Amino acid sequence: MPLELFTVGEPIADTKAPTDVPVPQMWDERKFRARLVNPANRRRLSVIVVGTGLAGGSAAATLAEAGYRVKNFWFQDSPRRAHSVAAQGGINAAKNYRNDGDSVHRLFYDTVKGGDFRSRESNSYRLAEVSAAIIDQAVAQGVPFAREYGGLLDNRSFGGAQVSRTFYARGQTGQQLLYGAYQALERQIGLGNVETHGRTEMLDLVVVDGRARGIVVRDLITGQISTHLADAVVLASGGYSNVFYLSTNAKGSNVTAAWRAHKRGALFANPCYTQIHPTCIPVSGDYQSKLTLMSESLRNDGRVWVPKERGDDRDPRQIPEDERDYFLERKYPAFGNLVPRDIASRQAKNVCDEGRGVGPTGLGVYLDFSDAIERLGRSTIESKYGNLFDMYNRITGEDAYETGMRIYPAVHYTMGGLWVDYDLESNIPGLFVIGEANFSDQGANRLGASALMQGLADGYFVLPNTLANYLADGPFPKVAADHPSVVEAETAVRAQTEKLLSINGTRTVASFHRELGRLMWDLCGMERSDEGLRKALDRIPEIKHEFWTNVKVSGEQGVFNQNLEHAGRVADFIELAELMCVDALHRNESCGGHFRAESQTPEGEALRDDENFAYVAAWEYTPDGTPPVLHREALEYEYIHLAQRSYK
Amino acid sequence: MNLTLKIWRQVSPAKKGKMVSYHVTDVSPDMSFLEMLDVLNEKLILDGDDPIAFDHDCREGICGSCGLMIDGVAHGPEQATVCQLHMRSFSDGDVIDIEPWRSGGFPVVKDLVVDRSAFDRIISAGGFISAPTGTAPEAHATPVPKKDSDAAFDAATCIGCGACVAACPNGSAMLFTASKVAHLGLLPQGQPERDERVLRMVGQQDAEDFGGCSNIGECSAVCPKGISMETISRLNHDLLGALRAGAVPAS
Repeated sequence: MPLELFTVGEPIADTKAPTDVPVPQMWDERKFRARLVNPANRRRLSVIVVGTGLAGGSAAATLAEAGYRVKNFWFQDSPRRAHSVAAQGGINAAKNYRNDGDSVHRLFYDTVKGGDFRSRESNSYRLAEVSAAIIDQAVAQGVPFAREYGGLLDNRSFGGAQVSRTFYARGQTGQQLLYGAYQALERQIGLGNVETHGRTEMLDLVVVDGRARGIVVRDLITGQISTHLADAVVLASGGYSNVFYLSTNAKGSNVTAAWRAHKRGALFANPCYTQIHPTCIPVSGDYQSKLTLMSESLRNDGRVWVPKERGDDRDPRQIPEDERDYFLERKYPAFGNLVPRDIASRQAKNVCDEGRGVGPTGLGVYLDFSDAIERLGRSTIESKYGNLFDMYNRITGEDAYETGMRIYPAVHYTMGGLWVDYDLESNIPGLFVIGEANFSDQGANRLGASALMQGLADGYFVLPNTLANYLADGPFPKVAADHPSVVEAETAVRAQTEKLLSINGTRTVASFHRELGRLMWDLCGMERSDEGLRKALDRIPEIKHEFWTNVKVSGEQGVFNQNLEHAGRVADFIELAELMCVDALHRNESCGGHFRAESQTPEGEALRDDENFAYVAAWEYTPDGTPPVLHREALEYEYIHLAQRSYK
Repeated sequence: MNLTLKIWRQVSPAKKGKMVSYHVTDVSPDMSFLEMLDVLNEKLILDGDDPIAFDHDCREGICGSCGLMIDGVAHGPEQATVCQLHMRSFSDGDVIDIEPWRSGGFPVVKDLVVDRSAFDRIISAGGFISAPTGTAPEAHATPVPKKDSDAAFDAATCIGCGACVAACPNGSAMLFTASKVAHLGLLPQGQPERDERVLRMVGQQDAEDFGGCSNIGECSAVCPKGISMETISRLNHDLLGALRAGAVPAS
């Protein structure tokens, strides 16, 4: 690895998990050792929460209930629109309602194994431990989970799990859980416990005397740039899949809050860990603005296949059974169509690369429900997946009850994010990061139905306890509005905004975003190679240079200007893309969702390298084009035996 | 196909707006309606014109951000959110009128973007079950009959897009309010606050600039989630029940 791409700094470690007790007792012990804030004192402490998704919404509501003064920011018009709303499939919880051998320990095991041994045991255990309480909380709020005729909650097996521990609300689980958190938040807003800032975007972090003390924001309606100060800052700003331009994320989802915090000193961990989702609707044309995911719960009843012969473009219903290749069932008989996401995605890409892909672009495989409809009846399939079949029909104009659905992988979730310790605190004191925005408890790959679980675990149950321990030292000295750190941050934001508007070049923001996305999908997507990543690292600085000299951003600063918002976000995606490629290049192993061409078994399966890469890569930003600094956090496995994944 | 778009342009809430014509060419039937507007906007930007502002986010029909009056119909001809409307629903040569939601309760921010925060205030007034974090009983402690749970779910699918208000000749928010009243009122957890909830939500709805409900049904006809008029009957039932029980109306 040439030195010029990065340098290596001091190792880092989590110092907050009480490692002197066994993992099942760590969270109780941490809560016990954490300092508390007297309820009467909480009114004197203020907390900024950026985001209103499952993590941000649940945190803002819970902190307000506890009595802290919460200032909540979101860029959409309503907190109910955060992208968590679009999560379809379900939420895991170790309730063992099915008596099928599930337990906290098994969910912990599945999370660490699913994450391909690249997550912390302490964090993953806690996630499994608080999972059951999330379901209780959501039911108490009136979240309408699917129920059985006896009136009890229904469960299904999901995304590679061999137990049925997933709770769901038709294909709209994220929506219903988010509305639960949103309603709890609105209740606190109505009670006057939350100061709200809708249609407001965070553009910088204010650090004073080494502590995160505030944020600089732009009011998206008036364009006004201002600073908001508090005793602590919580980022719940989501993931960065839109670096790929086409992803299943909402169009507004962006990395800006996290990236600007990174540029203020917060370490960014494992940026190359992204998740590719196998069941998306294939791309239809160049104008395509986003990809639509269909819940992978579909794989419970659908069978994945392509024709055995390449170029077989017959109507799928005309292709006889013995001329079909059910490639997942063939290669992975134990798990069949329910193999983990990365395997399902890569195998789909492989058969398409062989020329056996289906549909107009040849980039697609069938997900066929004809057996399930015959076995269970159309009405059962309709009640389970009706909204997904309707969605597919609206987008493609095809009826999946009659003919095979076409699916193709797309980027869906990012496991990387800002580095946090067991308390979910970044390396900047007072900056906490929750939900998808942190580098998470998910390791190199996330189990299906665990994103909703993590967002709500962080917001409802983890952060309110660990944040108290930090705030016990507060209130911190008042920061003056003209403090040099505030002035400097505000000035930098104004300067960048003015710069973007003044370039007046010849290319649109969207054209840069598309070019960057295509490059990242091709070279830093499902399969990566040394050669490809180096090519990307040559090209990205050129894109960056061209962006800053030739982009055309319309309008002015002091008005509602969606093009300016997009420009700032794409500027950050370009910088993030470079760090992702450095991270991907240095990690010369296949792990989680990533297949590294240089690291495979003789059978062509992913080969992890525990000897050299069993660590979290936490990157430090260095300004002015100097190479980033790598800080390694060693991962040790005391409770779960390190093993190569096998789903054969 | 080639189309003529007549689009509402309004610089800011205080300025007067007007319809402006645009021609778009080579529109693919597989494009979504919003992708067609994206293509137009990129052209406007390169020509040095102000692109058309419109709200959108998930583009899969669930976030509730997008919403346009298309030829006078909220969300256009397919009874799905605009992001799920595809150009195969139109024909070459069509002239399409595109306007923002029209209601006193939703003031225009810019062009096709409106302010729907009144909906949040209605939820804030009572659209919740008071269950602070950590106070929850075990989830299986109270079974819920499947038919109630399913009906609650049907009501809970409301995405808060505002099409119901835009379609209503009275500009009423009743279907939105009723969907939350019905969702929570059908569940055992929602019973303790049932009377107060409906009173407070209806009170807030009246305090906003929405009109009254006269059971016309345009709301349900355009609702992308197909929320039924039955929810409004449930709201009226709950409201009457609360008033009979001696509650004082909030408005």
